[in-house]
Amino acid sequence: MADTPARGLPAHLVDFVQALRRHHVDVGPGETVDAAAVMAELDLLRREQLREGLAAALLRRSGQRQTFDALFDLWFPLGQGAALGEVALPYAEDGSVDVDALRDLLAQLLADGDTAALTELARAVVDGLGAISVGNGNGSGAGGSGTGKDGAAGTPSGFSSYQALNSVRPETLLARVLADLRSRGEGGEAESPFAEEVARRQTRARIAEFRRMVQSETARRGSEIRGREAAARTGVRRQAEQTDFLSAGADTLADLRRRVAPLGRHLATRLAARRRRAHRGAIDMRRTLRRSMSTGGVPVNLVHRRPRPGRPELVLLCDVSGSVAGFSHFTMMLVQALREQFSRIRIFCFVDGCVEVTDLFTPGADLGDVLTEVHSRPGLVAWSGHSDYGRAFDRFAERWPDAVTDRTSLLVLGDARTNHQDPALGVLSGVVARARHAHWLNPEPEKQWGTGDSAAREYGRIMPMHECRTAAQLAGVVGGLLPV
Amino acid sequence: MDTDSSGRTTLFDSVDDVVTRLADVGYLASTAVATTVFLADRLGKPLLVEGPAGVGKTELARAVAEATSAGLVRLQCYEGIDEARALYEWNHAKQLLRIQASQGEEWDATRDDVFSEEFLLTRPLLTAIRRTEPTVLLVDETDKADVEVEGLLLEVLGDFQVTVPELGTITASQRPFTLLTSNATRELSEALKRRCLFLHLDFPDAELERRIVASRVPQLPEALAEQLVRIIGVLRGLDLRKAPSVSETIDWARTLVALGLDTLDDDAVRASLGVVLKHRSDMVKASSELRLN
Repeated sequence: MADTPARGLPAHLVDFVQALRRHHVDVGPGETVDAAAVMAELDLLRREQLREGLAAALLRRSGQRQTFDALFDLWFPLGQGAALGEVALPYAEDGSVDVDALRDLLAQLLADGDTAALTELARAVVDGLGAISVGNGNGSGAGGSGTGKDGAAGTPSGFSSYQALNSVRPETLLARVLADLRSRGEGGEAESPFAEEVARRQTRARIAEFRRMVQSETARRGSEIRGREAAARTGVRRQAEQTDFLSAGADTLADLRRRVAPLGRHLATRLAARRRRAHRGAIDMRRTLRRSMSTGGVPVNLVHRRPRPGRPELVLLCDVSGSVAGFSHFTMMLVQALREQFSRIRIFCFVDGCVEVTDLFTPGADLGDVLTEVHSRPGLVAWSGHSDYGRAFDRFAERWPDAVTDRTSLLVLGDARTNHQDPALGVLSGVVARARHAHWLNPEPEKQWGTGDSAAREYGRIMPMHECRTAAQLAGVVGGLLPV
Repeated sequence: MDTDSSGRTTLFDSVDDVVTRLADVGYLASTAVATTVFLADRLGKPLLVEGPAGVGKTELARAVAEATSAGLVRLQCYEGIDEARALYEWNHAKQLLRIQASQGEEWDATRDDVFSEEFLLTRPLLTAIRRTEPTVLLVDETDKADVEVEGLLLEVLGDFQVTVPELGTITASQRPFTLLTSNATRELSEALKRRCLFLHLDFPDAELERRIVASRVPQLPEALAEQLVRIIGVLRGLDLRKAPSVSETIDWARTLVALGLDTLDDDAVRASLGVVLKHRSDMVKASSELRLN
């Protein structure tokens, strides 16, 4: 048997696989072997083919692609150094980058929608404007590397996409690109609002794309200086499913929303399957005999009566105060998807008052609108607008005493932070005692339960509480809890 | 057609070869598609294609079959599909007839007789394995099938052989090119995924989509096609319940040709948007966000 390779392509591949594992992409040894076979089959000089080939061998679900791409760029970089193409930065006479001319160039490329040229420009921008030199401030970093592109001015200590984008400011070009596009239209006739809106959105998407190009180029250049391990640790975003609800940034949230939407469908199919298999009814004699006709009167296939589907009731109590806003949004998305599975579902929202909002969740309703509507309901906020679980439970038990019966599953969503008010444990245990099942989903990490004003431990004694921080956890918990 | 080092026949020479030959039969493949098809062929592994409805998953199987002049065997999965529908089944009625017709014969002879090829109904999986000509096996909408069927697929796709107790083991004389599609309504089991190469087929980029429209609806003027693809791109950026897919783009292009429109102005869009957006709430949202009122 040959020695284990310590260097060379196989070792590099293993190294790459380990980086993927560190980012929660589960790659087994079998997949690594496949990936090696892929590398043997493909032309390694065709980078995009190698990327797709490795993705096909290593990935198992689509949500992992972003992480894979970011790591691929680090482990199989386009090249070392500036790697400049045909698009060059315009320089002023004193050797600094002519930002105005650069912006003209960028506006023109954005209007053309020339992706290849934009990529090259992004590389040039990072090289010329993104470098941070050791001694100088960032101001002269821009000019300094202009004269000494080949390293005469000393190697930069790092690259900053913030610095590069800050001097170009691509967002401010929107109006200009639109005007440019309009003037290209035939006959110069006035554009309709629709055409204008389409052009605006498309340009905005292109600008965002350019920002991404600059950022990934910065990561590539930065990794040459800091080493790719360090770059991978800080520069690669987590998969949406693994992201905390409470700490997700705006773009991750959008990504997360796209991932959560199909979860509801997944759960619905899983529930339907479980219900189908739950129990078979008695043998249906009439249909069994009927079917035995095709086998000469021998009853080969038994036919069972279909069990009558018992559709369970669900009551949902959601905290919609600011502290858990992200979380409640996702739960409601799931709930809306599951609506059809339940004969009766009632949704209540609370901050320090409590309102019923079931009527807002019509099929196909836009969740953003629903949430705005929820917050404008009178009664949701009774006093201060800070969440007060005790008062909300009081109000719920008093106003809708018949909502929870012995056929009901009760789901409470919230972080159990009462702002040091009375948690009204007695009221809640009364409600819980009446319900068939009761569960609490908490978006906070378990180790923070019971700290500060959190009454999670107290509530946890009344009803089982589940940590529910990420989309993956949410799907697991809800899938496990929902009654058949 | 070539043979590789192990003597197995392969369908394609290189990734570029895949692109050209698929293009010849009217399927414009992206780098991702071409690379994975090439690898699936070379490594002899099934290819699992996942993606939203209408991006051309089934179409890919048809194109590969046509490009390599192989026969296409299709197994359409649905809820409740079982071994008898996927693999093989004994023709009970015919067996009974045979037994009744041979009154008085020795039991041994009859038994051997009724479990012979004549009474075997082959279903898609067995058909694909027994074929001696080049074959493309398409397992469509794998996610619709129950989990038990996945176990069956594992066995069949693992070594491409099927054991029929009465007949013995049937091994594929040559491995069919296998393509599984999934709309991801449920997660397929890890074991099945591990045996496949994975391809996530998403909406094509604007450039590719323009070429697709041009090849499918050549009557549509180029400028109009470009405008159409641009609007589709913007619609996909909106947060819709069902984003328009490639097949809807093509439908829209055909509609415009049929209506004889030569510019895509507001009225034309308003009149034909229903071809692209299939939900009322999506229509309302798109019209208001894109100021179409």
